[in-house]
Amino acid sequence: MARRAGTLTALALAFVTLAPVAVVMVQAGGRGLTAPDWAALRFTLLQAALSALASVGCAVPLARALARRRFAGRGALITALGAPFLLPVIVAVLGLLAVFGRAGVVNATLRGLGLPEVSIFGLGGVVLAHVFLNMPLATRMLLQGWQAIPAERLRLAESLGFTPREVWRHLERPMLRAVLPGALLAVFAICLTSFAVVLILGGGPAATTVELAIWQAIRFEFDLPRAATLAVMQVLACGGAVGLAGLVARAPGFGAGLDRLHPLPAPPGWRRGLDAAVLALATLFLAAPLLAVLQRGLPGLLSLPASIWPAAAASALVACLAAPLAVGGALALALGRAQGVRWLEPVAMLPMAGSQLVLGTGLFLIAFPLVTPARLSLPVTVLVTAVMSLPFAYRILAPAAQALVADYGRLAAALDLRGGAALRLLVLPRLRRPLGFALGLCAALAAGDLGVVALFATETGVTLPLAISRLMGAYRMDQAAGAALVLVALAFGLFWIGDRWGRGGTEA
Amino acid sequence: MSGLRPLHLRPNVKWSLTMKTLCFAAGCLAIATPALAETPVLDVLTYDSFVSEWGPGPAIEKAFEAECGCDLRFTPAGDGAALLARLQLEGARTEADVVLGLDTNLTAAARETGLFAPHGQTPDLSLPVPFTDADFLPYDWGWFAFVHGKSLTAPGDFKALAASDLKIVIQDPRSSTPGLGLLMWVKAAYGDQAAQIWADLADNIVTVTPGWSEAYGMFLEGEADMVLSYTTSPAYHLIAEQDDSKAAAVFAEGNYLQVEVMGKLAASDQPELADRFLAFMLSDAAQSVLPVTNWMYPAHVPAEGLPKGFETLAQPVKSLLLSADEAEALRGPALDEWRAALAR
Repeated sequence: MARRAGTLTALALAFVTLAPVAVVMVQAGGRGLTAPDWAALRFTLLQAALSALASVGCAVPLARALARRRFAGRGALITALGAPFLLPVIVAVLGLLAVFGRAGVVNATLRGLGLPEVSIFGLGGVVLAHVFLNMPLATRMLLQGWQAIPAERLRLAESLGFTPREVWRHLERPMLRAVLPGALLAVFAICLTSFAVVLILGGGPAATTVELAIWQAIRFEFDLPRAATLAVMQVLACGGAVGLAGLVARAPGFGAGLDRLHPLPAPPGWRRGLDAAVLALATLFLAAPLLAVLQRGLPGLLSLPASIWPAAAASALVACLAAPLAVGGALALALGRAQGVRWLEPVAMLPMAGSQLVLGTGLFLIAFPLVTPARLSLPVTVLVTAVMSLPFAYRILAPAAQALVADYGRLAAALDLRGGAALRLLVLPRLRRPLGFALGLCAALAAGDLGVVALFATETGVTLPLAISRLMGAYRMDQAAGAALVLVALAFGLFWIGDRWGRGGTEA
Repeated sequence: MSGLRPLHLRPNVKWSLTMKTLCFAAGCLAIATPALAETPVLDVLTYDSFVSEWGPGPAIEKAFEAECGCDLRFTPAGDGAALLARLQLEGARTEADVVLGLDTNLTAAARETGLFAPHGQTPDLSLPVPFTDADFLPYDWGWFAFVHGKSLTAPGDFKALAASDLKIVIQDPRSSTPGLGLLMWVKAAYGDQAAQIWADLADNIVTVTPGWSEAYGMFLEGEADMVLSYTTSPAYHLIAEQDDSKAAAVFAEGNYLQVEVMGKLAASDQPELADRFLAFMLSDAAQSVLPVTNWMYPAHVPAEGLPKGFETLAQPVKSLLLSADEAEALRGPALDEWRAALAR
């Protein structure tokens, strides 16, 4: 049942992602790839790989400290980890610049101390921004892994008198082996298609990504086949990473537990100091730009145009429609994959590497002969945001679904537990936490995504990100900063509702 | 979407019903306004900031509809470059009657689509250079310029800028029309020496942004001393914010022009209405709206003159503008030159 649902979803997803690329590919014209395109591909892969390693590398000690320590504000910190990922890109960049930029806090301090200034622009700045945006997401994904270690193993470790080193060897390392490749892959894929961050902080044409080459091909050269070729290259790069992650990942084989709560061992001594330092540094690194965004946006809140509110309602609507669609699809794929349909995994990751511009252009070419594109504004926005956020939901659900099938699959089969009953009695209760997290995340992503809406835009159906971009385009930077705060609040509120439901009273 | 439906935990009927109701409530699904059957509709494809509530769109729509007995409908399509791509995607099947918002760096490619019809009008233009084009009519224009705070003594030309340690933000010519304008500016002013100018400018360029907003936002946040924008940008700060602290630099080589044009589509089902709209856009009613909404100079100065505050703006001594064909021919080589000089 789950296998069939998974297969159907995968076929639909592959169609929605690949058909637009194919349609764009077969258009007339095309002069093939040029030397700058290859340079762009090299730089894209380099920055994405470095960003993934740095983000996940920083996330491991942070997630571990969060998993094994209890302190005031811990729950708030975990919730706040959702925030950077949800910021509109330009807002996040301006927040980072307020801290690390020329007129930022760091350089002001350095100047005050008579030290040379640092420049955020260049490869280092690109990686820094990607760590700011993605480390929190990676931390949340790893934290789920720590929390999924059954209490029985922790009690066993305790009664055997495991040292922290032995806990690492027998519990944490196998868990990371299952979760890390997925987290690396997710961040790599996000950074692969990152466009504005790389361009703004890259400092010049040397920092060019494939996505920019796609923009240029479609907008200035109208060379659609070239754009499609570039999009396929992006997908292939992501496919390679999926394959690599699949080779490395291993199920931890902890077996089922009884869902009792048991704290992770919290070793005293220098490890305690280290965890405290990690938590303090990470909080500072993440909070400083966020506070700058807050400070920048607050004055603008007072002068917001009334049109912001319908736009916010439109964004919320898109989010509420797209998130269940994405999570439902991801659940079917994750359960199908857990039951052994291996090819579902790369298909689930497909949209992450897809170019939004090519996807939008392809959908436009498919829809245009049949219906006025503006009429499809809402359905297309919902569909595309659902498709684009599905891989995130899949990555969150996959490890838990794997454990569910391994631990309860045989029991369910023996009881002939299937269909709606299985969903209600087994899947929903056992996957509630990752489902809630995924729902919240997808809703927030959908609210914040400008995406392909541009081609299907109408005079009236304005979403909040589009309203912000219009404010900025009309010199109204203060109001745009205020509106961005509304967007962050909306995205964060949606995220909080889903996540809260998932954590449903249990200890986070 | 239909393919994903089987996964839903609830019956689909309910889903689609809720969706319809909700859309309606949020006014999100922009089904055509229920116009009277006899009211002719004029479709105008334009860029996004034109139709925004701060742009000229709303005022122009109101004024034109008051006199045309028609329904004027704007379709927003990103920025100028996205507009052309949109038109190329739609081809001859486009429903648009008029395209408004291309600039002269894009008109050659637009003409090549063969979709445009001659406008047949001889307007009285107040551009700083002679301008004739059989297919495209200008509706506003501006000089590109580096905008800075008044406390800064601005360099007098590109060479002085390159020799200084001033920091500038510019836009990428591969994704934005101002970026492309700067590329043409340097090429028009320096020809074969353009590559050297770019190489000398490299250490002044903080970064290259995808569009105008990001660059201007970074400049306002203090990340750069100057930003590529228009000589009219200080007018926004002066008129809308009563802030006279911004100025635009006049360069001795001349400042390059951005001329924004509109054209009528040959396949339009409302050719007379399209002609009326083009003429209306050059009338005083429309031209007086543009300076304080689009923050550009009107293509034809209206009888009441320019809005108060525009007289304080910097006046370039020389105006540069490549013809549409020159711009089209130079774009590829100039881009390679730019990339090579900056991608060190």
